[in-house]
Amino acid sequence: MTAPANGGATQETPAAPGQKGTRAMGIAAFAFYLFALVAVVSAFLVVISRNPVHSVLWLILTFFSAAGLFVLLGAEFVAMLLVIVYMGAVAVLFLFVVMMLDVDFAELRGQLAQYLPLGLLIGVILLMELGMAFGAWEFSVGHEAARAAVTPPIDQVQNTAALGQIVYTQYIYPFQAAGLILLVAMIGAIVLTLRHRTNVKRQDVLEQIYRDPAKSMDLKDIKPGQGL
Amino acid sequence: MIGTDLTVILPELVLVVYAMAALMWGAWRGKDAETPMLIWLTALVMAGLGAWIGLEPEGTATAFHGAFINDGFARFTKVIILFSAAIVLLMSQEYLRRNKLLKFEFPVLITFSVVGMMMMVSAGDLIALYMGLELQSLSLYVIAAFRRDSARSTEAGLKYFVLGALSSGLLLYGMSLIYGFAATTSFAGITAATTGEHLPVGLLIGLVFVITGMAFKVSAVPFHMWTPDVYEGSPTPVTAFFATAPKVAAMGLILRVLFDAFGGVVGDWSQIIAVLALLSMFLGAFAGIGQTDIKRLMAYSSISHMGFAFLGLTAGTAMGVQATLFYMAVYVAMNIGVFAFILNMERDGQPVTKISALSLYARDDLLRASALAVLMFSLAGIPPLVGFFSKLYVLQAAWDAGLSWLVIAAVIASVIGAYYYLRIVYLMFFGEQGEGLDGSMPAVHWAALMGSAFVMLFGVLNLFGVFDLAGAAAATLLK
Repeated sequence: MTAPANGGATQETPAAPGQKGTRAMGIAAFAFYLFALVAVVSAFLVVISRNPVHSVLWLILTFFSAAGLFVLLGAEFVAMLLVIVYMGAVAVLFLFVVMMLDVDFAELRGQLAQYLPLGLLIGVILLMELGMAFGAWEFSVGHEAARAAVTPPIDQVQNTAALGQIVYTQYIYPFQAAGLILLVAMIGAIVLTLRHRTNVKRQDVLEQIYRDPAKSMDLKDIKPGQGL
Repeated sequence: MIGTDLTVILPELVLVVYAMAALMWGAWRGKDAETPMLIWLTALVMAGLGAWIGLEPEGTATAFHGAFINDGFARFTKVIILFSAAIVLLMSQEYLRRNKLLKFEFPVLITFSVVGMMMMVSAGDLIALYMGLELQSLSLYVIAAFRRDSARSTEAGLKYFVLGALSSGLLLYGMSLIYGFAATTSFAGITAATTGEHLPVGLLIGLVFVITGMAFKVSAVPFHMWTPDVYEGSPTPVTAFFATAPKVAAMGLILRVLFDAFGGVVGDWSQIIAVLALLSMFLGAFAGIGQTDIKRLMAYSSISHMGFAFLGLTAGTAMGVQATLFYMAVYVAMNIGVFAFILNMERDGQPVTKISALSLYARDDLLRASALAVLMFSLAGIPPLVGFFSKLYVLQAAWDAGLSWLVIAAVIASVIGAYYYLRIVYLMFFGEQGEGLDGSMPAVHWAALMGSAFVMLFGVLNLFGVFDLAGAAAATLLK
C-alpha cells in the first residue's frame, strides 16, 4: 500500500553518494549513514542492555532512526506515523508493562546465552541468503511501468495527500478489513481479561439524579429521655 | 463502481454485519444465558450463506481492482468452510455449557474467523490475502485461550499467537521481496511478471518465505511444532474447529497463491511442496504411534493428512487440484464425526481425552463404537470407504505427474499411519476392561457422528457428486 508513498520519491537512494557530487547529496548520504548506524547500534543495545527499562529507551531511539530513514526516502507520512504511534504510544506502553510486570530478566538472560550459538548460526545463514538475493537482484520486465502507474507526480502531490486519495477508494477493502482485525483484537482483549466482580458497588447516575430529599431523608422527632 | 464491488462481496458483507450486530446484541443484553440462541442463529446464518453461495450461478467476478475474486474455486471452498463451521459451532454448545464457557463472544469470534477464511480463499492480491489471514488467525488465537482459567488453554493460545506472529512475519517478508521484484501486489500482475524461463533468486527466496508462512497455517512439517500442544490445550470444540474449517481455508489459500500468482512456474515450487508433503506424511505417521491423548493423536493425524493433500498439489495439474480439494472435503467430513465423538468422551462429568478410556467401548454402545470404527478405517484409508478414494485420487494425480517415488513413499507412510487408527478400533472391540466412559450424547452430536459415518460408508456409490464439483472448481483455478 505504500507504493505511492515512497515509490517514485527517491529512486536513487542516498546510499549511492558521489554520483552527482553535489553538496546536497553529500548531506543526504551523511544523514543516511548516521541514521543507519544509530539504528543498528541501538537495536543491538536493545537486546544486550542489562536493564529492561534501558532496552525500551534504546528501542525508542531505534524507532526514531528508522523514522529518519523514512524521511530520507521521501515517505514523511510513514515517518510521522512511526514517531507518533510507535514512539508515542507503543513504546510508552512497553515501558509501563516492563515496569509493572515482575519479570526476572536476569534469568531470561541466562537462557539467552544458551540459545545464542544457534541464533547466531541462523542469523548468519539468513544474512548470507539475503546477500545472495541482493547481489543477484533482478526486476521484472515491466516493473518501471507498474511503479509509475500507481505513483502520482511527486512535485504536485505530497505523499500524505496521495495516500489519502486512495486509502478510502482503491484500498477500501483492505482498509476496512484492517478495521475488522482491530475490532477482533479488542474483543479478544476483553474476552480474555475482563472479569465481572459481583460484590462491587457501582455508581448509578440516573438513580443519583432522581433522588430527592423527601425520599432520602427521614426526620424523626425524638423526645428527650426516650429512645427509638 | 463501489456498488458493483459490494454486490460481489455481498455474502461476506452480510456475515460481517451479522457478526457486529450479534456483538452489539450480546454486549447490550449482557446475558450469557442467551448464548445458545446466538449459537443456533449464527449456525443458521452460516448455513444459509453456504446454500446461497452454493447456488450462485457459474462465472467469475472480481471486485476492488482484482483484490477479491469470486470464482468457482472460491465458492467450492467457501461452502465447505461455512457448513463445517456451522456444524462445529452447534456441536460446541453442549461442551461449553458443561464447562461454563458459554459466552456470547464465542460465536462472534468464530464468525469473524469465518469471514477471514472467506477473504483468504477469495484473495486476488497479496494485501487482501494478508488481511484475511490475520482476521482468521487473530480470532483463532483468542478462542484457543478461551478457557482462560486453565493454564493449558492459555499456554495453547499464547504459543499459537507467538508462533503465528513469527510465521506472519516470514510471510510478509516474502511478500515484500515479491513486491520488490514485480512492483505490484496483485496476483494477475505477479503472473504477468513471472513469464521468464526461471525465477530470479530474490523472487524465489520471497516465494519460499511465503510458502513457509502458509505451510505454518496448515501445520505442514517442519512448521508443525505448535499443532500438538495447541490441539491438546485448547477447549475440545475449539480443537474440532481448528481441524476443520481453518485447514480448508489455509489449503485454499495455498492453492490460490501458487496457481493464481505463480501458476506459470509450477516447476519452481512443486519440489518445495513435495518435500513438505513427504516430511508431513512420515512425521505424522511415526509421531502419532506413541500418543496416549486422543487430541494429540488427532493433531498428528492432521499433520499426516495435510501431507497427503499436498500430494495433489505437487502434481501441479488440474487433476491434482481436484484431488486436493476432494481430499480436504472428505477430511473435514471425517473430522466432524470423530470430534462429535471426542466431545462426548467423559467420565463422572469430567472430559476424558485418554485413548485408553476407550477400552471395550463397544460393549457399552455398539452403534457409536461401530460408527467411530468406520471413521477410523476411513481416516486410515482402508479400501471400501470414501477415505480410501480421496487418498487414491491424490496418489493417482502425483503418479500421473511422474512423481512415482513420492507415491511409493506415501503408500508406506499411509500403512504406518494406519497403525494408530486401527489401535483405537482394536481397543474399542477387544481391549482390556478399563474404567470405561459414561455420559450421554446430545442429538446434534449423534447426528453428526452417524451422518459422517454414513457418508463414509455409502459415499462410495457416487461420492455424492463432490468429486465432480471439485473438478469444476479446479478448472476455474487453472483457467
